[in-house]
Amino acid sequence: MRTILFLIRKEFLQIFRNRFIGRAIFAIPLIQMLILVPAVTFEIKYVNLCIIDNDRSVESRELIGKLEGSPFFRVKYYTWSEEKANELIYNNKCSAIINIPSGFGKELGAGRPVKILARIDAINAMKGQLTWAYLSGVISSYNENIIAESLPVVQATMVPRISVTGRYWYNEMLNYKYYMLPGILVILVTAIGFMLAGLNLVREKEIGTIEQINVTPVKKSEFIISKMVPFFIIGLADLGFGLILGKIFFNIPFEGSLLLMFLGSAIFLVAVLGLGLFISTFSSTQQQFMFVAFFFIIVFVLMSGIFTPFESMPMWAQKFDLINPVAHLIRFNRMVMLKGSGIADVARELLLLCGIAVIFTTFAVRRYRKTA
Amino acid sequence: MKNNSKPVTGYPSSKGEETMERGETVITVRNLVKKFGSFVANDNLTFEVYRGEIFGFLGANGAGKTTAIRILSGLLQPTSGEVRVAGFDAWKESEMIKKHIGYMCQKFSLYEDLTVKENIQLYGGIYGMSDELIKERTEALLEKLRFTEYKDRLISGLPLGFRQKLAFAVAVLHQPEIVFLDEPTGGVDPITRRQFWEMIYETADSGITVFVTTHYMDEAEYCDRVSIMSEGRIVALDTPENLKKQFNTESIEEVFISIARPGKSSINLLNINQ
Repeated sequence: MRTILFLIRKEFLQIFRNRFIGRAIFAIPLIQMLILVPAVTFEIKYVNLCIIDNDRSVESRELIGKLEGSPFFRVKYYTWSEEKANELIYNNKCSAIINIPSGFGKELGAGRPVKILARIDAINAMKGQLTWAYLSGVISSYNENIIAESLPVVQATMVPRISVTGRYWYNEMLNYKYYMLPGILVILVTAIGFMLAGLNLVREKEIGTIEQINVTPVKKSEFIISKMVPFFIIGLADLGFGLILGKIFFNIPFEGSLLLMFLGSAIFLVAVLGLGLFISTFSSTQQQFMFVAFFFIIVFVLMSGIFTPFESMPMWAQKFDLINPVAHLIRFNRMVMLKGSGIADVARELLLLCGIAVIFTTFAVRRYRKTA
Repeated sequence: MKNNSKPVTGYPSSKGEETMERGETVITVRNLVKKFGSFVANDNLTFEVYRGEIFGFLGANGAGKTTAIRILSGLLQPTSGEVRVAGFDAWKESEMIKKHIGYMCQKFSLYEDLTVKENIQLYGGIYGMSDELIKERTEALLEKLRFTEYKDRLISGLPLGFRQKLAFAVAVLHQPEIVFLDEPTGGVDPITRRQFWEMIYETADSGITVFVTTHYMDEAEYCDRVSIMSEGRIVALDTPENLKKQFNTESIEEVFISIARPGKSSINLLNINQ
């Protein structure tokens, strides 16, 4: 026990004596919170439209007016040339072309069905679908107007219809930052826990100082724990720092228990520290470690549900995520911060994190060799 | 055979008395073999080291000295053979061995981003010394090495000779039974080398067995007994005096050259010192 204290003291001295690491520990949360939280968003605010109005009738003008009135659409280009329109969508100047055929107004006036053509850039499938949905919404409300106008007043009000009144829960204003911030906090803690401890151990191998440690009676567990504790503390300190920044700059709601939030991250930190150190036990250079660690981080983050709905992933991917600590903590943070979930609600995430932490740390201790 | 009444301040010289009272055996090596793949780094080594002696391990680069010393220190598993150090079996009790030995790596391996004092305290703590004992020995050590004014300096700013003396002092801080020194004077200036050997003598006088590898032949003369390694085998082992007599030469250097003649060693000598 006393040995661990000496080793931990040594780690702290080295960490804060290293000017770069010492500063990076405070700069990383600042940069991640202030840049990533507002920048990383899937919110589609508006779509640029190009309109080919071959009809130039009152009716076509009215339809265009409806599109212009929608906050989602910006009617940016009018043209009569198909070629010009194609060029615009090709050069990413607009995301959709609306083609109103000639005779549009006349047909409508005569009470006959007409078709308009919409071509949508669907490279981003989500954006394409959303554009389609909004477009359908605008057109169908225009349709209703036409129906209403063409029918006698009494009849029109008698058409039975279902209307929905709804509320958005947990994030009433649909603020995307509230969704991202709990996730960015996880990325932040991961960067500290996963990378720094593992790199630190491999660096000792590279320099050769580990040889002098290995020839002492230090226990393997003591050495691994002494590598974990400093970054564990720094990780939690950075979490606190990140939360304060979130409160100040984004006024992030915090519904749940702060203590529970730290408990989750604490267990998570043990898990990623264990994994990082495990990787470092079979890496002989920092380069090698970085390569492997980067791979794990990419897989964990992209499969974590930070950007994409967890439930949309294929079943096997959801199964894989049982061992993905990042996925559990992101879900945990969102639940605790936004829903105010209590310990019973997040017991599954906590238990899985505990399991992963025990497994990875055991791997690290067992795989670390004092004798070659 | 170490003469304890010898003043340690004088320049060390060989003491080749034939009348030697052997201490108990602290290192026993029988038929030790270490292979790296098909390369045989240690080929059937057999020797004993007695308590309190300065045991020299001589050989050219790549002769297998470092491999042997790393096996004796519990850093490397032997391929086969019997190795007992300080009464413990290197196969099964390497962690017990580590409690009873000190080790100074060929490559400087104290923490350069810690100060002199912090390094001493760290290793004192690791070997389970009490705070008072660490404080006491740190002060004594700093004073003896005349390092007191540098105690708060980072190692990275200190010259090589300085570092080597410190590394040695740290290796014997916990007063082990045996200290292993792997080419401690490599690249060090003559004055520092002399001071270093004075430290070795003092250490041996205090009852600590010193196991030292070197390829400086003059240093071999300072050892109580010398073993000469070539291509993984021990080719000679005796007191410097006896070796010179046996090979009918004036110095150990000549002994060495007559044993390990150039051209005798293979060209594809791997440097397995790392």
